[in-house]
Amino acid sequence: MDLSQLLADVPTLVAVIIGVPAVLAAYIVGGEYLVRLLPDKLRPSVRPWIWVGPALAFVAAFLVYPVFGTAYRSLFDKQDNFVGLSNYAVQLGGFPSGGAWIAIRNNLYWLVFFTLLVLIFGLLFAVLTDRVPYESPIKSLIFMPMAISFVAIALIWKFMYSYQPPGEPQTGTINAVLSVFHQDPRLWVQDPNVANQALIVAGVWGFVGFALVILSAALKGIPGDLLEAARVDGAGELTIFRRVIFPLMMPTIVVVGTTLVIFALKAFDIVYVMTNGNYDTDVLANRMYKLITIPDTGNAAAVAVVLVVAVIPVLIFNLRQFRAVEARR
Amino acid sequence: MMGLRLGSIRVLALLAGLAVLAACGGSGSSAGKGSVHVLAVWSGSEQASFEAVLKPFEEQTGIKVLYESTRDLDAILQTRVQAGNPPEIAAAPSPSTLTTLANAGKLVQLDNGILDMSTFNAQYAPGWISLGKINGKLYQIFSWAAVKGLIWYDPKNFAAKNYQVPDSWDSMINLQSTIKGAGTTPWCIAVESQAASGWPGSDWVKEIVLSQAGPDVYNSWWQGKTKWSDPAIKAAWQTWGTVLGPGNANVYGGKNYILSTNFVNGGDGLFKKPPKCYMHNQASFITDNFVKQNAGVKAGDDFKFFPLPDVNSQFAGAHVGAGDAFSMLKDTSQARALIKYLTTPEAQAIWVKRGGKLSPNKSFDLANYPDEITKQVAQVMTGAKIFAFDAGDLMPTDMRNQYWKAVLDFVSDQSKLDSILAKLDAVQATAYK
Repeated sequence: MDLSQLLADVPTLVAVIIGVPAVLAAYIVGGEYLVRLLPDKLRPSVRPWIWVGPALAFVAAFLVYPVFGTAYRSLFDKQDNFVGLSNYAVQLGGFPSGGAWIAIRNNLYWLVFFTLLVLIFGLLFAVLTDRVPYESPIKSLIFMPMAISFVAIALIWKFMYSYQPPGEPQTGTINAVLSVFHQDPRLWVQDPNVANQALIVAGVWGFVGFALVILSAALKGIPGDLLEAARVDGAGELTIFRRVIFPLMMPTIVVVGTTLVIFALKAFDIVYVMTNGNYDTDVLANRMYKLITIPDTGNAAAVAVVLVVAVIPVLIFNLRQFRAVEARR
Repeated sequence: MMGLRLGSIRVLALLAGLAVLAACGGSGSSAGKGSVHVLAVWSGSEQASFEAVLKPFEEQTGIKVLYESTRDLDAILQTRVQAGNPPEIAAAPSPSTLTTLANAGKLVQLDNGILDMSTFNAQYAPGWISLGKINGKLYQIFSWAAVKGLIWYDPKNFAAKNYQVPDSWDSMINLQSTIKGAGTTPWCIAVESQAASGWPGSDWVKEIVLSQAGPDVYNSWWQGKTKWSDPAIKAAWQTWGTVLGPGNANVYGGKNYILSTNFVNGGDGLFKKPPKCYMHNQASFITDNFVKQNAGVKAGDDFKFFPLPDVNSQFAGAHVGAGDAFSMLKDTSQARALIKYLTTPEAQAIWVKRGGKLSPNKSFDLANYPDEITKQVAQVMTGAKIFAFDAGDLMPTDMRNQYWKAVLDFVSDQSKLDSILAKLDAVQATAYK
């Protein structure tokens, strides 16, 4: 790490390290002082707004404004002429294989398979690790991929899927395992038939720890005497899982599921690093990125708006479920 | 909050005030003679070479060069320019990226005060100068060049099987069949290159277009005036298909190897024992990779080249080349010094001596070329009757991306050529607007 650039401008460094907390504190103290000037009745309604003020301002400036700015940008073409909805016509036209439809189809694959696989494996590991004494180390191990960036995960799996012609020593883990069983090595990422699945597997590997940790916590929240009672009544483990554990964990499963759906719709790193959208693996985020580099910001903005519109219902559903889980506490 | 003493409020206010003052007054105190940011795609050994070029400049002038590397240069450069935070100097393998910026007024003009134009015009051939001009104004200079369409082979392997270096397209096709008949695949091809996958195959196609259809068709093709489904362009793809063979039978590892192997490893098959292939078409910069990746391999002894033979004798002596262009995005005295330095043959010699690059500078001392092979490549460049710049680099970004993608699709299934060309035409219709 080259710290010399950082230390080249000491006054700015001082301003940031001391100034930012100091200014924040001064703002809050000043705000409190102003609130105290108000009559008692008004204080509880004004005070929260002062405290939340800076955060709200940031959200408005960096989240809300860009959303409307993007939507506005999507109505213009490469030369900044107003073209109305024609960018949307380009992106959403040509069903089933033109425009953005292959990307939309792939996002749907991700949505269904990524979510299902992460949930299934997360649940499986949660239930299994619950019963063993070495639960903690195993959960830490499974959670570790969450600590690395998805670009790193994509690179790792790119190596895992490496191919050498049959007869040569295999440099990719998957093909090496195949060669142990005397099978011919095959293309994974460059084969349009399995490329999507190959990418999703990499994504699942990276994300299963997240689901495991949350579902495991929910599992432990199930009252022990319910399970005892079920066992006393003569229910087998599988029945207990189906009739007692699974229904009680449902709210958490739904919350985790919707988080996964949102992630699946945003998937970018893995696709960009492993295939750059070739071999039928393009996704909306990657498509948007490629459009920006042309630069064709109007079309890129149109794709972004499509993505936002697709995510909004999921977001609302997620929020409602989250509130339901909170209410149950 | 209720129990805060007035004293601590005062301290806080003082600190806050000081911090604001410091932030307003204390910026811009960089040490030394200043710095200049350079953005380019070079990483690994290429980056080491570029940094070796910059070292004498930093020592002589005291200016610090802050180099940043990214393979995704188009995107990063566009983003930073739009953010108002461009690097002072940017290198790009594709003049079209920089052309977009010049048309948007984001580049600094180089020929009215920054460069000594009398020296510059004397040292560079008109072809290289006019490539850097947009609307008659100079915006980019070329520091290094590469020649494409060089067929690399191992002379020892050729001698062992008594193969003759082909001097015509037909004799090359014959040699191809002979090698195939003897049981080895004649060609090694590798097109993987992350976000740019497909470009080595696009080199094959553009070399064939130039040699088969001539420079006029070539130029109107990259300018978007000749369609991809035009018989001349379609014929080039089909000619490449005869090199690849049905189902890529003439290439080591077939479609699987071609698509999944990174281009830097493309020629390694030449040097295996027994050799996996006998010929590899790649630009002049691949020699660096041959030497670094295959132990004990030496230029001249273990690898030589012959230029891709003329497909059509009407356009004999045609070669495709490429170059590394530099442009200035912010006019500072440090950036001016650096860009002047990058046009000098002394600066260019540093990288040339390390291998893998040629200099387009006419006053460049040929003795600087590290070996006989590189000298011969330079002679191909200067002696070419028709020297054309890389068509893909001259196309707009989305056309180029589709071109590379078309290569991947063609290698996957040659029979889909018509639909591949139709998709290229569709992109061509909107890309040049």
